[in-house]
Amino acid sequence: MASSIASPKKLRRVFVWELPVRIYHWLNALAIVALIATGYLIGNPPALLSASEASERFFFGWIKFIHFAAAYIFFFNFIFRIYWSFAGNKYAHWRNFLPISKQFFKDMWAVIRIDILLKKDTEHVAVGHNALAGFFYFLTFLAFILQSITGFALYANMSDWWFADLFSRAGWLFWNEEFAMRNWHHATMWFFIIFAMVHIYLVFYHDYVEGRGEISSMGGGWKFMEEEFFEKKEEKETKAK
Amino acid sequence: MAITPSRRPTYYEELKAKGYSRRDFMKFCAMMGAYLGLEASGIAQVANALETTPRIPVIWLHFQECTCCSESFIRSSHPIVADILLDKISLDYTETLMAASGHRAEAAMHKTMQDYNGEYILCVEGSVPTADDGVYCCIGGRTAEQVLEETAAGAKAIIAWGSCACNGCVQAAKPNPTSATPVHKLVKGKPIVKVPGCPPIGEVMAGVIVHILSFGRLPALDRIGRPKAFYSKRVHDTCYRRPFYDAGLFVESFDDANAKKGYCLYKVGCKGPMTYNACGVTKWNNGTSFPIQSGHGCFGCSEENFWDNGPLYRQMANFPGFGIESNADTIGMVAAGVTAAGIAAHAIATNFRKAKVIDEHIEEGKEAEKEL
Repeated sequence: MASSIASPKKLRRVFVWELPVRIYHWLNALAIVALIATGYLIGNPPALLSASEASERFFFGWIKFIHFAAAYIFFFNFIFRIYWSFAGNKYAHWRNFLPISKQFFKDMWAVIRIDILLKKDTEHVAVGHNALAGFFYFLTFLAFILQSITGFALYANMSDWWFADLFSRAGWLFWNEEFAMRNWHHATMWFFIIFAMVHIYLVFYHDYVEGRGEISSMGGGWKFMEEEFFEKKEEKETKAK
Repeated sequence: MAITPSRRPTYYEELKAKGYSRRDFMKFCAMMGAYLGLEASGIAQVANALETTPRIPVIWLHFQECTCCSESFIRSSHPIVADILLDKISLDYTETLMAASGHRAEAAMHKTMQDYNGEYILCVEGSVPTADDGVYCCIGGRTAEQVLEETAAGAKAIIAWGSCACNGCVQAAKPNPTSATPVHKLVKGKPIVKVPGCPPIGEVMAGVIVHILSFGRLPALDRIGRPKAFYSKRVHDTCYRRPFYDAGLFVESFDDANAKKGYCLYKVGCKGPMTYNACGVTKWNNGTSFPIQSGHGCFGCSEENFWDNGPLYRQMANFPGFGIESNADTIGMVAAGVTAAGIAAHAIATNFRKAKVIDEHIEEGKEAEKEL
């Protein structure tokens, strides 16, 4: 049977996400899920029907404990990721996240055209993070910082550790209004929820449209790039010489 | 009692003149020592200080306030508080309680300011309006701001009584038409003790004064200027209903069975978890009760700007700019819904717009599959 495809594409395996990046990703995901679930409950406690005495139960205490424990994991995991953005490979590098060059903005626009507005005329290939994704991760890092500061500042009073106390001065950012700080901490949670929705959708989108193993890449670290992608790159480089 | 004209009587001398026994005096010292969190030897220090130091002159100013701070103070559980610390003996000038009035009162204040320049304690109750040249609060023909500036200049220290003087309280709530301003924003370069609350607890007020008398310096303050002895713990941390909170047992509405059982008031708006005060320990009205004990959540009267931070009977604030009844969660849910709709639309559009490339991939994959 004759193939309808003139030349079947050959794919080459590319190691994109190193093990520390993958561990960071999944620890972060787990911590955020735990933080959102418990954080939402802390803001909106369920109405429990129970005839038992308060001394027999510690439901809300556990919710809060999980929240605080996950917060510590989340925070130090993030600190590790900042370190890895200097120590890791080029796909983990901090330059993937900060829009500080003209090329970065050009790439972001290309991604918006092709993946958001679904233009058909061109293709934009990114091996690691595409520019728009990188920029949105940068925004999530800002949200990480905001949540860490407000969260630990609210928590500081419950801790004897100097570490949490470092954040207690953050009250100043909110006019010393702990109410306001608490409300902003809660409101920022929704940024994470909406980010997660879009993030998961787009991972499926890229895998479906591009077929380069986007979903599994955060498991094994591999993405699969077409042979012609390498050839084109080589051509460009020889031309430049 | 041998009082030479050049020597002011000590607190103990005043007490004896008033008819208090030594025993009463020691009881008072022990009580104050307990409130201040002193060790047993500290009580002797308090007693010694009150016996030997002449009273400190006090000027107590009233600006934009309701006098609930004074009311709370004179109802402090030990009568000596009202009799000695607050009575005519201690206060050289206070609009509410002094006998003199008019020019004589003003003269008394100025005499204290002159005679004890740099020695007197200035207590301020109420906020200072600064809008429209301060016309909203004038005393003796001068604005509150002028009076404060004048009296603060020669004060040894300033005590800001109540939320009005500490953060402006209700008159500083939006839109704050008189530009009600707390003391620390107007007076610079003087030690200021903030004793917030609407009103502060009488014993806390007495404790702050006794500390200054006994040790000759201000009590240890936290980073926003409140005495640590009374404001370092949240109401939540000392609340006797805390076990219900930790168990997840909450009052759902004020008339339900849970309210009757004394469950936690968190869901009906108790702000105890964000409020720093001594209510749970010291309580009110001679240690009789405090709001949570009487079945009403704490509404955070000692916290900065508590009037503008959401409904009193709900845990979460209204989200700014989205009208009443919309907190962060309602807006978040709408935003998440819109996002979900956007995702669905994009997914459908993808299948049309990218059909060619997707079909190619599928064909290619099918071919490869046949070869296996």
